[in-house]
Amino acid sequence: MTTSAVSLPAALRPRQILNWFGVAPFFIFATLFLILPTLNIVVGAFRNAQGEATLENLGKLLSPSIRSAFWISIELSLMTAVLGCLFGFLIAAAITLGGLPRPLRNAILTFSGVASNFAGVPLAFAFIATLGRLGFVTMLLRHWFGINLYGSGFNIVSFLGLALTYLYFQIPLMVLIITPALEGLRREWREAAESLGASGFQYWRMVALPVLWPSLLGTLALLFANAFGAVATAIALTGSSLSIAPIVLFAQIRGDVLNDPHLGYAIAFAMIVLTAVANGIYILLRMRAERWVK
Amino acid sequence: MTGKRLWSWLAVVLGGLYFLLPLAGMVDFSMRMKRGEYSFEAYRLVLADPQFQQTFGYSVGLALLTIVLGILIVVPTAYFVRLRFPGLRPIVEFITLLPLVIPPIVIVFGYIRIYNTSSILPLTGSWLGTNILLLFGYATLSLPYMYRSVDTGLRTIDIASLTEAAQSLGAGWARILTVVILPNVFVSVLSGAFLTFAIVIGEYVFAALLNVNSFGPYMVWMGGNRAYEPSALAVVAFAITWACMGLIQLFTRFSKFSTARR
Repeated sequence: MTTSAVSLPAALRPRQILNWFGVAPFFIFATLFLILPTLNIVVGAFRNAQGEATLENLGKLLSPSIRSAFWISIELSLMTAVLGCLFGFLIAAAITLGGLPRPLRNAILTFSGVASNFAGVPLAFAFIATLGRLGFVTMLLRHWFGINLYGSGFNIVSFLGLALTYLYFQIPLMVLIITPALEGLRREWREAAESLGASGFQYWRMVALPVLWPSLLGTLALLFANAFGAVATAIALTGSSLSIAPIVLFAQIRGDVLNDPHLGYAIAFAMIVLTAVANGIYILLRMRAERWVK
Repeated sequence: MTGKRLWSWLAVVLGGLYFLLPLAGMVDFSMRMKRGEYSFEAYRLVLADPQFQQTFGYSVGLALLTIVLGILIVVPTAYFVRLRFPGLRPIVEFITLLPLVIPPIVIVFGYIRIYNTSSILPLTGSWLGTNILLLFGYATLSLPYMYRSVDTGLRTIDIASLTEAAQSLGAGWARILTVVILPNVFVSVLSGAFLTFAIVIGEYVFAALLNVNSFGPYMVWMGGNRAYEPSALAVVAFAITWACMGLIQLFTRFSKFSTARR
């Protein structure tokens, strides 16, 4: 893989300087549109309006309204991540180990590819059309089963409604990531366990899950970050009636600097920290998981 | 064994219900505009809406430009990193993954702070500047997908030999990249491109916060002001996502076929 630099004729060597022109646009682009904007936010979070270093902005995150917005966000992300992992795992297990026809497996994987990318505004519309006040399922339940969904206190514009909607992209993502890991479980491991007298439950508890747990936990972290950064779905579904962290930040930027730009920096900074930690966990655990799959 | 199969079917059927009902609901709702009958009235109204035509056309154009820009940035980088700067690989890979780590809303917040009207580079001050900013923003969002697909494509070909062969025939860098490398990784580029298209076409946060009236903000506006049209829009968006993913599958299968023959 790392062949060329040495094997090429020495006459080409001075061209190494020229080669930098090949990668320079990328670095300039990344600096201008990815790194500097992010650094600006991070630095801004630690500065006050006069440009002096301060921790005051981060302190404001502890005010009740901001703290509760973050708390709802974390709860929502955690809940959809856990449920997404659980249901995604069950579906992935069903299509890999459950003896289902192979075309069905391929169809489900293709659909997962589509559904995991079908987030944002249209997804919110689909759920409003389904579980909204006049939605498909709401009407179905009323006319066929006599169940009044909204009479029982359900509302699509709520924590539960948002969680149900997020699962639509969380579960397929889990299916896509965990299916290869499940396929990596070797038949011999199961046979070896069985020949030593292990039951199906023992095999899962002592062989399969210990091999899978880095993938499982890693994906959990990824799903958490995935839900935490989702803004468009939430805005299209709830307007701004449910205040979760990204919506608060959105409103803060929109009403720009109306009250306090540095509070916006602090919210954004806290969001970066949370998603970075979650993604960091994912990457670390993924590297661990790959040891077994190879 | 049969018990296991039963459970598997149960999981798939329940999952299928959860995933198909919203699609059914969306289609059903989009066709109920006329009382007492199914009709395509909502679609007709949406398609005839000049706002729709304008914002949708704009977003398609922007998505295509994003793809071109993405190719221009990613292909040379991935190529030179593989060929000449293997040491830079971890850094470049890390940078290309950042847009997945940093929430998009934070990135666009940074843009607004850096490129506002009182900065050195006041991009948000003019129509052209804002569009350029949005274009580069979308290219940033597409970076993880573009880079990974192009890099995977480069892995399957022997770029060192191809480069030497082209050089011995007197080709310069621009010629090598466009005539030799790009055609060889074209299928991988396409799969990154379709994914980019699916992401950009309905994107909301960047466009809304930069005050650009593209398809995403248009959809949200419709959501707040109309009853049946949003469902019709959702059906259109879903069809586009399907088309993009379907084309990716098609091209990957085609490329597997052609490499197998080699």
